[in-house]
Amino acid sequence: MRENITQTKFTCFHCGDECTSHPILLNDYTFCCVGCKNVYEILSQNNLCDYYNLESNPGINLKNPASKTKFNYLDDEQVQKKLIDFDDEHIQKISFFIPTMHCSSCIWLLENLYKLDVGVNNSRVNFLKKTVSISYKKEITSIRKIVELLTAIGYEPAINLNDIEKQVQKSENRKLSYQIGVAGFCFGNIMLLSFPEYFGLDEFTQAKFSKLFGYLNMVLSIPVILFSAQDYFKLAIKGLRKKHISIDTPLALGILVLFVRSAYEVISQTGIGFFDTHAGLVFFLLIGKWFQQKTFDTLSFERDYKSYFPVSVAVINNGIETTVPVTNLKVGNRIIIRNGELIPADAILLNGEAKIDFSFVTGESIPITKVLGEIIYAGGRQTEQTIELEVFKNVSQSYLTQLWNSEHFAKQNESKIKTFQQTVSKYFTVALLVIAIGSAAWWLMFNPSLALNAFTAVLIIACPCALALSSPFALGTAMRILGRNKFYIKSPEVVEQIAKINTIVFDKTGTITQPSSSQIVYVGENLSEEEKHLIVSLTRNSVHPLSKKIISYFPNVKGESVSQFKEYTGKGLEGKLNGKTIQIGSYHFLFPFVEPMKVNTLNEELATRVYIKIDNNLIGYFQFQHAYRKGLSELIQSLKKHYSLYLLSGDNDAEKDKIMHIFGKETQLCFNQSPIKKLEFIERLQDQHKKVMMIGDGLNDAGALKASDLGISVTENTSHFSPASDVIMDASVFENTLQFINFSKDTTKVIRMSFLISLSYNIVGLSFAVQGNLSPLIAAILMPLSSVSVIVFTTVATILFAKKGGLK
Amino acid sequence: MSIMYILIGCSLFLAICFLGAFIWSVKSGQLDDEYTPSVRILFDDIEVKSDNTNEKNKSKKLT
Repeated sequence: MRENITQTKFTCFHCGDECTSHPILLNDYTFCCVGCKNVYEILSQNNLCDYYNLESNPGINLKNPASKTKFNYLDDEQVQKKLIDFDDEHIQKISFFIPTMHCSSCIWLLENLYKLDVGVNNSRVNFLKKTVSISYKKEITSIRKIVELLTAIGYEPAINLNDIEKQVQKSENRKLSYQIGVAGFCFGNIMLLSFPEYFGLDEFTQAKFSKLFGYLNMVLSIPVILFSAQDYFKLAIKGLRKKHISIDTPLALGILVLFVRSAYEVISQTGIGFFDTHAGLVFFLLIGKWFQQKTFDTLSFERDYKSYFPVSVAVINNGIETTVPVTNLKVGNRIIIRNGELIPADAILLNGEAKIDFSFVTGESIPITKVLGEIIYAGGRQTEQTIELEVFKNVSQSYLTQLWNSEHFAKQNESKIKTFQQTVSKYFTVALLVIAIGSAAWWLMFNPSLALNAFTAVLIIACPCALALSSPFALGTAMRILGRNKFYIKSPEVVEQIAKINTIVFDKTGTITQPSSSQIVYVGENLSEEEKHLIVSLTRNSVHPLSKKIISYFPNVKGESVSQFKEYTGKGLEGKLNGKTIQIGSYHFLFPFVEPMKVNTLNEELATRVYIKIDNNLIGYFQFQHAYRKGLSELIQSLKKHYSLYLLSGDNDAEKDKIMHIFGKETQLCFNQSPIKKLEFIERLQDQHKKVMMIGDGLNDAGALKASDLGISVTENTSHFSPASDVIMDASVFENTLQFINFSKDTTKVIRMSFLISLSYNIVGLSFAVQGNLSPLIAAILMPLSSVSVIVFTTVATILFAKKGGLK
Repeated sequence: MSIMYILIGCSLFLAICFLGAFIWSVKSGQLDDEYTPSVRILFDDIEVKSDNTNEKNKSKKLT
């Protein structure tokens, strides 16, 4: 129907996009836009064209260039101070997060930044974290210049409110690495020095060396207990202060008793102690901790609106434009928002045509047109032209951001569901102490010399090393498998939380619907052939995405050219054909003199409608609805059997019938829910002692995600936006949700089984210990054997369950 | 058997050297990023060959 203008398709040499009908030519290369061509020119002038050799078409599309004044705020010293990592007389260091980084060419170009700006000393990329650290001479260049350079070559750093307000956080990871290194070093050497004792030497050498080896072992154990194991003691003491017994209590007790008894044996020359078991235990425990701690570097699970809101905004005062930090924005300020910029506070539109993309907030990506005098809620992103607005609420008090004032965001995120390990370790510790004291009491009556021996031996052998290892390895493995299946969890404990869920709440737009593809529905009088013809004839003149959708709604109708065609940007179309006037557009466009329909919430107006008027008669309207995700009804059908389901939508109930059809009558559907209402809904469910999983996507779900026992945010692109949650799920695997839940359940089964295994080891060991004849050799065999077998069992079993569940 | 004292001293000294090397590597940030260096190491080679690859690329574009 539409003619094919381009015979051969050209791809942009820079970004790889398909070029439009008239590609820009330079040096025999084709470019899709001026932006891409400019980058090529910058690079070729500086002999950096290797960029294009590392990967083909590595560039980032620059069709929407940033405005020139966008980075003015970087000249502000207060802002600079907070961004800079290191500062001395000549050199400053700074790190940026660059979301568009995606291939090895990017690394190469960003590390050759010094060729583009002489002020840059060097730059280092961390590809997985998508950051670049730059050190530069502050006399020659400035943050602003560097940021503008990065933006010019397509790598615009993401600088947002969070960067400005955050505290510097030093990674704990390094400390753990040191601890493992020290423990491993001591463990290896102590093993070496303990071998002679196990294998036995002739009496002469035995006497000569065992004293030396004993003392050497003790010296080597000191860093293990003081440095490597210190966190276990800290946690155990912290737990005891709160009158709460965790797995760390018996662990710390075991480690301490091991060391003290061994030291006593060595000094009193009664034996060589259990130093090898002591070091090995700490080493294995730390390995388990390390395995559990590895998370997804590239994903951030703690984002709130501050991660998306800009640092500053252009304010106009008596015709002078200044850049003001967003936090200083006051009611009554007039702000300028340019193409692609975010509106930081609720404001009234004063000037220009607003087409706001609320995809961050609601998940709806079709821009909404606003007219002068209307309120625009914070969080929307302006597309197309520049607009002027007047702020009428502070940044933290706006419709959306006030959500973060709720108490849920004030308290630290402690997991709401107890893990298996937490539950078990309480009983375990009590049982352990009872046995230890019991056996001590027994020996006190019959053979007091063995009492202390038996008491310490019980504490040593029952030290729940295998128990402490089973959870990290099962959950860590599960986390990796889920990650491979694009289901990214915040921390391994989340797996256990998923398994305990019994209620699932869905958001609608962007979660069960696909933001990128929408369906179109016609509502109104039946259309005659002539009317269809008129509609197509008019809309085919427009390139607006909605017009194209309307044309595709009538595949068999061919249009002809209309006279007096007019397109009002952001409003609608108008034209004449065969003596009839036809207008298609927004309600406001067709009925400018009628009071606009009363709109109460942000979401009510999100239902995109295009009205049709022929010869001044309203015929009907097209409504754009979202297509549901693939496999949605199958998923709902199977989830319904085991969970109670709810649907919370910020939209009006236009699609109620359709959703009812998918979810069934017994599911409660709630429409017109504000962000706060969603949060309260979750709380009400929790008051009924339900374990609630919330699946949402936009910032308007942030409260519900936070309040729920388990929040899952669905995202089309994991490097883009997602609100704070426990899980980030790639939208493409939405249909596999049930599999993920079932796999989590299987994983908790593995933990229970491995607990039984480690318990049986403990019983064997205890039978030696209570008799008071635990030899260092038995301890040295039993401890590594139980640890290694538990590690192997949990890892293999978890992988097998994943295979069974059809996960990669 | 007195040689044992020296041997044990040597082995401990060597092990401490390795521990030192490990601590140094952590301190200098070598464990912070386990991916980027694997890409970075290949860059020098490409610069030498840049002329050849340029030719290859040219044959790919506009026909």
